[in-house]
Amino acid sequence: MVTLKVKDVAFSYASVPVLARVSMEVGPQEMVAVLGPNGAGKSTLLKCIDRILTPHLGSILLDGEDLVKLSRLELAKRIGYIPQSLSHTFSVTVFDAVLMGRRPYISWHTSEEDTEKVLATLNMLHIEDLAMRDINEMSGGQMQQVFIARALVQEPDVLLLDEPTSNLDIRHQLEVMHTIKSIVRKKGISTIMAIHDLNLAARFADKIVLMNGGEIVAVGDPSAVITPATIREVFKVEADVYEKEGKLHVVPLRAVRTK
Amino acid sequence: MPPSESRSGESGKSEEIKAQYKKFIGRKLLFIFSSLLLIVLIAGFAATLGSYQISVTEVYAIILHGILHDPATTAELVVWNLRLPPILMGILAGIGLAIAGTTMQAVVRNPLASPYTLGIASAAGFGAALAIILGKGLATGQYLIIANAFVFAVLSAFVIYGLSRHRGATPETMILAGIALMYLFSAMTGILQYFGEQQAVAEVVFWMFGSLGRASWDKLPFVAAILALCVPLLMLKAWDLNTLGAGDESAKSLGVNVDQTRALCFVLASFMTAGVICFTGTIGFIGLVSPHICRMVIGGDNRYLLPASGLFGAVILLSADTIARRIIAPTVIPVGLVTAFMGVPLFLFLILKRKREYW
Repeated sequence: MVTLKVKDVAFSYASVPVLARVSMEVGPQEMVAVLGPNGAGKSTLLKCIDRILTPHLGSILLDGEDLVKLSRLELAKRIGYIPQSLSHTFSVTVFDAVLMGRRPYISWHTSEEDTEKVLATLNMLHIEDLAMRDINEMSGGQMQQVFIARALVQEPDVLLLDEPTSNLDIRHQLEVMHTIKSIVRKKGISTIMAIHDLNLAARFADKIVLMNGGEIVAVGDPSAVITPATIREVFKVEADVYEKEGKLHVVPLRAVRTK
Repeated sequence: MPPSESRSGESGKSEEIKAQYKKFIGRKLLFIFSSLLLIVLIAGFAATLGSYQISVTEVYAIILHGILHDPATTAELVVWNLRLPPILMGILAGIGLAIAGTTMQAVVRNPLASPYTLGIASAAGFGAALAIILGKGLATGQYLIIANAFVFAVLSAFVIYGLSRHRGATPETMILAGIALMYLFSAMTGILQYFGEQQAVAEVVFWMFGSLGRASWDKLPFVAAILALCVPLLMLKAWDLNTLGAGDESAKSLGVNVDQTRALCFVLASFMTAGVICFTGTIGFIGLVSPHICRMVIGGDNRYLLPASGLFGAVILLSADTIARRIIAPTVIPVGLVTAFMGVPLFLFLILKRKREYW
């Protein structure tokens, strides 16, 4: 179990700044939801943490160890990343797609241990029936599960998810979030997800990081961060926020007119 | 998504998947060995074709005998000196072009890519035209054309490599650079042909058709050496090529150095293509069709797909060459024309049969 610290991370595309000295922390087994409007820098932050994009400034520390010092392969053993758009250009079985998650550990030949780990993970996510099917025949929810399985067989300390629910119907949104939550607990993995749905974030996350214009504007418990005032400020939307059966509910009312 | 009911029989299910997976790998190996067997059979048959009559069994006997003894009889001389060189060149060219095609498809992440997608054929063609029409080049005698074709093909590959180093090795950068080079070299070849003498121009056109007829024992070691260098290196990169299929971001997060993998594999594929087509001229469709067929049969894992498509490419090329020799015998038509005729219906069939959209 680890603590991930993001310290003063800045990134810009060409000369357009996307992240301006962002700092945040994710504790052991913590599930953090990063919220914010389109273009707030949520995805960029995740990509900087996994060094898919190289931050121009700042450092990312995993239990005090600077991730910049790790090779790509070493990094892949520590951090699992699930991108927003999930696809495979060529046909590949679900089993082989998940097996790719063992890439950081294998050079060419796969061992019995690799096979066992893939099978155990498919089993844990209840998708072993799909093992020999082509990945391109998967539905959106199944595809999400396959990519989660792939990230898990990397045996990472930290899991990053970019909009894991954006292409799913409400039933699959709930299922995927439940899956992630239970894995985080079971495996002791810390998780950061970029997400648009305020209600899902409020319900599942331990901590909310609210971003706007490349900066973090609020951090804390869902009930502390998701308020009518912050929603109005960041999303430019009038909203009702109320609690029912211990859960936070956000009802958007109308867009605020901007000059 | 299956609900979490019966948790009994879990290990049974795992065993079942393992058995299925083993069977799947068995199928891949079977395909590879079948292709190998087909190569031997077609090569044996191809060696019987020609004005001097030899039976298939004689051919195999002569080949086995000739491994340890110098050819002495007429039959032995015909098989070893006349018939085997083009057959062996066909096998090597088939392997090289098909593996280069498989690699290029993975590198630019597009199943419609071929070894020629990035303009290498035009570059080789220009090099050959320069040698044939102006007699200018980097070597003398029969090697003038070969060396020129090879050097210009490799040169174009390195221009694309340089550009992608500068701009990031994305498929888009590489394809755009390839298109630009293709037009440049085609235009320059056009100028040479416009001002060239009629006979030389005809020779250029003939060179570009692609043929195994120019093969000889002294040329085979070059092609064999290039394949022996490139194929193992690409095989080592098979896992990384697999991960590219999941997209650059996924590949990076799995620990793959995407830019480096893409650049290296592209250079190896280009080197191999250049090594083949400088001796044969451009033989089309092998590098496009073979990976397609193999992917349909054994799936997309490059650890198996690379060797399978290579061997199957040899099967296709040898078959095409056999047809090219037989169809209006004794006249032999260039194999490059036959592969195009074979490739088109095959390709249309694949398009009509395909289960899903590629884009």
